Amino acid sequence: MAIALPTRASARRTFSVDLSVPVLAGLAALLCVLVALPVSWLVYYSLTAAPAPGAARSFTLAHFQALLTDPDFLDPLLTTVILAVSSAAACCAIAAPMAWLVARTDLPLSNAIRALVTASFVTPPFLGAVAWEILAAPNSGLLNQLYRFMTGAPQDEYLLNIYTLPGLIFVISCYTFPYVFVLIANALDRIPADLEDASAMLGAGTWTTARRVTIPLAVPALLAGVLVAFLQAMILFGSPAILALPAGFHTMTTKIWSLFQYPPKPELAAAAALPLLVLTVLLLRGQQAILGRRGYSVVGGKSAAPRQVRLGWTVWPTMAFVLLVLSLPVFLPYFALFNAAFSPIATTLVTPANATLHNVYFTFFELSSTQLALKNTFILGLAAASAGTVLALAIGYLTSRRAIPGHRLLAFLATAPIAIPGIVLGVGLFLSYTRPPLVLYGTLWVLLIAYVTIELPAAYQQLQSAFRAVNPELEEASRILGATRLQALRHVTAPLLRTNVLATWCFIFVSTIRELSAAIMLFTSETKVVSVLIFDLKESGDLGAISVLGLSMLLLTFAVVIGINRLPGFGGTRLRNT
Amino acid sequence: MQGNKPERAPTRRPSRRDVIKLSAAAAATVYASPLRAAPPPADAITPALIEAAKKEGKVAFYTAMDLAFAQQLAKAFETRFPGISVRVERSGAERIFTRIAQEYGSGIHAVDVVNTADQAHCLAWKRNDWLAPYLPEEVAQHYDSAYVDPDGLHITTRILVSPLGYNTNLVSKEEAPKSFADLLDPKWAGKIVKAHPAYSGTIMNATFQIARDLGWDYLEKLARQKVMQVQSATDTPKKVALGERAIMADGAGYLVIRYREEGQPIDIIYPAEGTPLAGGPSAVFKAAPNPNAARLFQNWMHTREGQQIIVDDACQYSAHAQTVGKKGVRPLKDIKLMKEDPEGIEKAAEDVKKRYAAIFKV
Repeated sequence: MAIALPTRASARRTFSVDLSVPVLAGLAALLCVLVALPVSWLVYYSLTAAPAPGAARSFTLAHFQALLTDPDFLDPLLTTVILAVSSAAACCAIAAPMAWLVARTDLPLSNAIRALVTASFVTPPFLGAVAWEILAAPNSGLLNQLYRFMTGAPQDEYLLNIYTLPGLIFVISCYTFPYVFVLIANALDRIPADLEDASAMLGAGTWTTARRVTIPLAVPALLAGVLVAFLQAMILFGSPAILALPAGFHTMTTKIWSLFQYPPKPELAAAAALPLLVLTVLLLRGQQAILGRRGYSVVGGKSAAPRQVRLGWTVWPTMAFVLLVLSLPVFLPYFALFNAAFSPIATTLVTPANATLHNVYFTFFELSSTQLALKNTFILGLAAASAGTVLALAIGYLTSRRAIPGHRLLAFLATAPIAIPGIVLGVGLFLSYTRPPLVLYGTLWVLLIAYVTIELPAAYQQLQSAFRAVNPELEEASRILGATRLQALRHVTAPLLRTNVLATWCFIFVSTIRELSAAIMLFTSETKVVSVLIFDLKESGDLGAISVLGLSMLLLTFAVVIGINRLPGFGGTRLRNT
Repeated sequence: MQGNKPERAPTRRPSRRDVIKLSAAAAATVYASPLRAAPPPADAITPALIEAAKKEGKVAFYTAMDLAFAQQLAKAFETRFPGISVRVERSGAERIFTRIAQEYGSGIHAVDVVNTADQAHCLAWKRNDWLAPYLPEEVAQHYDSAYVDPDGLHITTRILVSPLGYNTNLVSKEEAPKSFADLLDPKWAGKIVKAHPAYSGTIMNATFQIARDLGWDYLEKLARQKVMQVQSATDTPKKVALGERAIMADGAGYLVIRYREEGQPIDIIYPAEGTPLAGGPSAVFKAAPNPNAARLFQNWMHTREGQQIIVDDACQYSAHAQTVGKKGVRPLKDIKLMKEDPEGIEKAAEDVKKRYAAIFKV
C-alpha cells in the first residue's frame, strides 16, 4: 500500500481511504459517457454525409436544408407544435381546477382521487391510446356504438373520432395531466394559510381570496406544469404512432422513427432529432427561470394547515366533474381493456354468454414472445431502478453536501438528460453503440443505459432534495469519529433516507416499464420488452393480446411496487451491498 | 426438380453432417461459386438431423405471417418434434427486412429461418451471401421449379393474394365494389381501410402491381377517398371484421376467408382488374445460431404435412403438388391474377415507398 493510512484506522480496517477524488472522476466520466456520447454522435451525423457506404464522412448542411425546405418535415414539425401547445393548454385547464378542488376544498375522497390520478400516471400512454381506439374509433368504438344505440343514428354517423388531431391531443392530455396535477396540488398544499387568513380578515370573500391570493401564489407551479405538459406531448412516440398514422399525418417523433425504415437514414433522423433537443433545452431554460422564483410561494414559513373552501351544495356537481375527468384516463380505458381481454371481438361487449379466456390463453401459452418480453422488462426494470437509484444517490449526496470540488458539473450532467427526448436518445445511442469498440446494440445493456439516462434527472432531483432535508451534522459527527465519507453515507445517512430511496426506486421502475420511445429504436428480436411487443401487436391489430399483456404489465408493476415497499429493511441492506 | 437429382456429382456432395460441422464462412466457400445455378443435394428429415436439432432445442423464426397462424404452425412443429421450441418473431415483411439488416449490420446473428411476403428480400439476402443452400427432399420431389431458387437458397412456402373485402353487415353483396375502379366511387369516401407498403410485403407487392397495371394516378385518386391507413396486411381484415371500416382496399385475403369461417361478418372480392399476388418464400440463414433446428424447421414446413396446415388453417396456397386445396377457398387458377415481379420490386421498392408516402402522407 503506497498510501499512508492513519494507524488508528488501519488497525480497525485494513483498507480505508477517502475515495472522493476517484469517485468524482468516475461519476463524471460515467455521466459523460451516458449523456455526451450519444449527443455528440447525433450532432456529428447530422452535419456529415458519407458519399458512399464505408467512405470517409465529410461536412454538409444538406440534412438541415432538407429539413427546412421539405414539407415532409415541416408539416410534422408544425403538427407537433400545435399538438404540444394544445395538450399543454388542455392539461392545465383540467388539472388546475382539479388540483385546487383536491388540495383546498372539503371535497370528499380527496385521497382516493389523488390515488386515481397516480393510476393514470402508471398507465403507459400507448396503452391508453389503444384503449381509446377501442372506445372511440368512429365506427367500431364502444362509445360511438352506444351513441348510435341511444339516438338511433344511422350506421355511418359517429360522435367521436379518435383518429384526428383533436383526438390525439385529447388522448395525450389524458396521460399528461397527472404531471400537471401533482405539481399544482403540491404547490397548493404548501401555500401558507395565514396569507389567505389575512385576506379573509380584510373582508375578501372566498372567491376574491382565491383570485387575489391563492391563484397568484400557484402561478409558478402552473407555468411549470404547462412546460412539463408541453414537453411530454412533444416527445411522446406511442400515442401519435397509434392514432396519427391511421389518420394520415406524422408528428416529429413518428417521422424520426420512420426514417429508420429500410433503407435507414440515420443522418436525416439525427438532423430531425436536433430541433426537438434544442426546443427542449430552450423550454427548460424558461422553466428554470420560472421555478427559480418559486421561493416566494412558501415565504410564510411555519403556518397552519391550508384553509379549506367549503363547497356546500356545489359538492355534487363538483364530484360529478371530478369523476368525469377521472373516467377519461382511468375508468373508461380500463373498462375497454378488460372488455377486450375477455371478449371474442375487442369492440363487442362481454356478456356471460360470450366471455372467453382465449386471449389470455393465446397471450401466455401460444404467443412465444410473451415470456421473453416479460423477462426482459422485469430484468431491465429492476436493473434500471437499482442502478439509477444508486447513481442518483451518489450524485445527490456529492452535490447536496458540496463534498468535492466540481460538484456543480456533476449536478449539470445529471440533469442534462431531461433535455433529451426518448426517441432522440434512442437515435443517439443507436449511433453510439452499433460500432466498435462498444457494440452494445443487441444486448440488454444498451436499453439499461437508455433507461438510466432518461430517468436520472428526476431521480437525482428527488434524492438531492431528500439529502438537503437531512442535517449534515449527523454525518459530520460520524466523520469526526473516524468514518470516511462513504462510511458515513452508508451507516448514517442511508438509513435516514430509506423512504425517499424506495420512492425513487419505484419511480424509475414504473417509468422504465412504460417506456417505449427509446426502446423502439434500440430493441432487437432478443431484447424485446413488453412495451415494444405491445406496439408490434398493435401494428397487426391484435387487440385482445394487447389488452391481456397491458393489464398483466400493470399488475406486475403494482405487485413490484407494493412488494418493495413491504420488504422490511430493504433500503438498508440494498445500500450496504453497493 | 426431380430431373436434377441424377445430375449430382457424388464427389461434390458433402454430407449434411459435414455441412453442419463447417463454420458459416467455410460453408460459404464450399457453396459460393462452384455450385451456382446448381441446387444443393436434397435432404430428408433423418434421425440424425432431429437429434442434432433437439440438442439445440430452439429455433428463431422471423415471419410476416399473421401472428395467430404463425403460432399455430409453431405449435404443430413443437408437437411433431418435442423438445424444440419455436420463437416466432412476427412483424411486417418490410419491417422484418429492416430488422435483419440492422441486426446483421451490428454483427447480431439471431435469425434462424425467415419467412417473408416479399420475394425481393430473398434476392437481396442472396446477393449479400447471407443464405444457406438447403433443399428439403419433398421440395426436390414435389415442387415446381418456379417456386425454388435455382441455388436452393429459398423456397416459396406460401402464396397469398391481396383481394378486396367488405363487411357483410354494413354492405350488401350487390352493393359491394367489384373492382379497384369501384373504390373511387364517392360513396366509399371515409369507408376504406388500407395497409402500408413500407410495413407489409404483401402490400409492397400489391402497391407495385397496382401502380404498374392501373397507374400511380389510380392510387392518387384512392388517397382522396380519405382512407384509414393501417400498417399490416393482417390488420385490414381485422378492421373490416370489427366494422371499423366497410371496405378493405388491400390486405391478407387468407384472413378474410379465415374470419368468414369463424362466422365474422366479412367476405372477399376478387377485383375485376386482377388480384395482386405475393409469394412468401422462406430461407435458412448461413449464420443461423441453431443450424440444425433451422434446417429441420425449414424442411418440415415444406413437407406435405406442413404445407397442408398452411392450406387448411391459413387458407393460403401451397406450391407442394400433393397438397389438397381447401373447400371454400377459390383455387388460384380460377382467379384473375396480377403478375408478380420480384426483380422489378427489388429495383423499385424505395421509389414505391417514397411515392406512396407522398400520396398518402404517411
